[in-house]
Amino acid sequence: MRKVFSYIFIVLFFSILLLSGCQKSNNGNQSADQNVTDYYYLENKGSDTMVNLALYWAEEYQKLHPEVRISVTGGGSGTGISSLINNTVDLANASRQIKLEEIESANKNGVDPIEYVVARDAIAVIVHPDNPINRLTLQEISDIYTGKIENWIQLGGEDRPIVRLSRETNSGTHVYFLEEVIRLGNSEDKTIFSANTLLLPSSEGIIAEVRANRNAIGYDGLGYITEEVKVLGIAREEGLDYIFPSLSTVNDNLYAISRNLYIYAPGTPPTFVKAYLDWIMTSEGQKIVTDLGFIPVK
Amino acid sequence: MKENQTRNFEKVITRTIQFSGYSSILFVLLILFFLLSEGTPALFDVPLSQLFSERWYPIEGYYGILPLILGSLVVTLGASLIAVPFGILTAVFIAEIAPKWLQEIMKPLVELLAGLPSVVLGFLGILVVSPFLRDTLNLPTGLTALTGSLLLGGIAIPTIVSISEDALNNVPDSYRHGSLALGLTRWQTIWGVTVPAAKSGILMAVMLGVGRTIGETMTVMMVTGNAPILPTSLQALFMPIRTMTATIASEMGEVATGSPHYHVLFFIGIVLFLFTLLVNVIASNISSRKLKRSERILS
Repeated sequence: MRKVFSYIFIVLFFSILLLSGCQKSNNGNQSADQNVTDYYYLENKGSDTMVNLALYWAEEYQKLHPEVRISVTGGGSGTGISSLINNTVDLANASRQIKLEEIESANKNGVDPIEYVVARDAIAVIVHPDNPINRLTLQEISDIYTGKIENWIQLGGEDRPIVRLSRETNSGTHVYFLEEVIRLGNSEDKTIFSANTLLLPSSEGIIAEVRANRNAIGYDGLGYITEEVKVLGIAREEGLDYIFPSLSTVNDNLYAISRNLYIYAPGTPPTFVKAYLDWIMTSEGQKIVTDLGFIPVK
Repeated sequence: MKENQTRNFEKVITRTIQFSGYSSILFVLLILFFLLSEGTPALFDVPLSQLFSERWYPIEGYYGILPLILGSLVVTLGASLIAVPFGILTAVFIAEIAPKWLQEIMKPLVELLAGLPSVVLGFLGILVVSPFLRDTLNLPTGLTALTGSLLLGGIAIPTIVSISEDALNNVPDSYRHGSLALGLTRWQTIWGVTVPAAKSGILMAVMLGVGRTIGETMTVMMVTGNAPILPTSLQALFMPIRTMTATIASEMGEVATGSPHYHVLFFIGIVLFLFTLLVNVIASNISSRKLKRSERILS
């Protein structure tokens, strides 16, 4: 009897080793297999900004279509897109547009990414509620993050050092902020974040530090902003109006730092995936977008 | 018949144990091979002068790993400064001074501390240690190397305590009796006889504790701010830093397999491996020296 157990143990041990080496190889085959059991399995991965949104969509959709199983994971837009390139997801969420090099490396793997704009988002620049600064221009924000402005006093605030907070480099929000705010949309510009910018692993981490630290400045998707931090009004240029982020200012393109949120599919999606994407664009799907503080696509 | 079966069974068991023994060697070699094969291409992708430059910003092709290496060293150094004296003194207290009943409470408690998940420590750091340091030391932010060092010290202390305490307990009682009989005080006995006699064990404890702090990831990622600032003076302890482990952990998920960034991350893995290897080699050198000395004492 004991001998049997030890054999079972050895077999199990090796099968675990072997299985852990396996990777999901082909989505097409898998959905074909799933047809037999009448279940559709959909893997959705990527942007941390969108992870809550994707979860709510998935939950609602699974209520309406119990035969579809959707698993949602975060990790960052870069993570989602690299999974798309390696063809290990059905849908990748990204809070930035896919880069040309990424499309090329996807094509090399036989993947032809298809883009869907599923929602819009505004990035709010936030400070501690006790910070007397209420508004900044894009140029000022850029100067803060590149290290040209070191103290709040230079902006007419208190005599305090500025602590710059940012998301990690795998975040789509980080890349978007770099391109549109720090480089002011100029693609020739090679300026980068000052080295003493704190790179925090999560949106919540940024909110937590800004809430508690009077020196801090941070940025985050509008959907993550809580009452405990102060959102700054932002002007595109000196002399123009300072605009606060909201549904109407983003839709009218008045607010300077707003962007599209994307879902990418590796090639033409199978019908059950297409149905899910279509549902996201219905008023029902877009209502969830509004509920979570994002801006629906018109 | 029955005897035959038992013998077969024994054979299976022997083989299994043998295989387990060899497998650890096999795994280490496989991991080493994997690390080297994925990491060495970094030397061809990125010129050496750039690899050891001062700026780390991989998404724009800045691959300077110097701030990361020094960042790890600063945090480890800080953690050692806290954990070594604290750990050794705690061990001395438990082994030499505390009454029996207190010993029996403290020992399991310290071992319990060793089992504390590092994420939990990280949370503690974000919510308690970092605001506390910011307010009391009047720092721009509480997410600094010092915060990481304090928490990593907490991770290293249990290791140091339990191994040093074992070493102290292994010192024969006759040493203590002899010393006390010569008229030395209790403090003189501890400082002049027991601790030196257990020196090699204590040094090994320190090395293993330090080894744990170098490799620790989650806690440092949560509390050190992850800003790749090149530490140039002791002041760096009060500034945010970025460690090698946190860099690998937060960036590994994003990279495309085979890109320069991917290879550089593995290269950082190799550097990290060399550091821990160095610490382990020192530790095992110390422990093998211990054997020779005890032989000398016996003879």
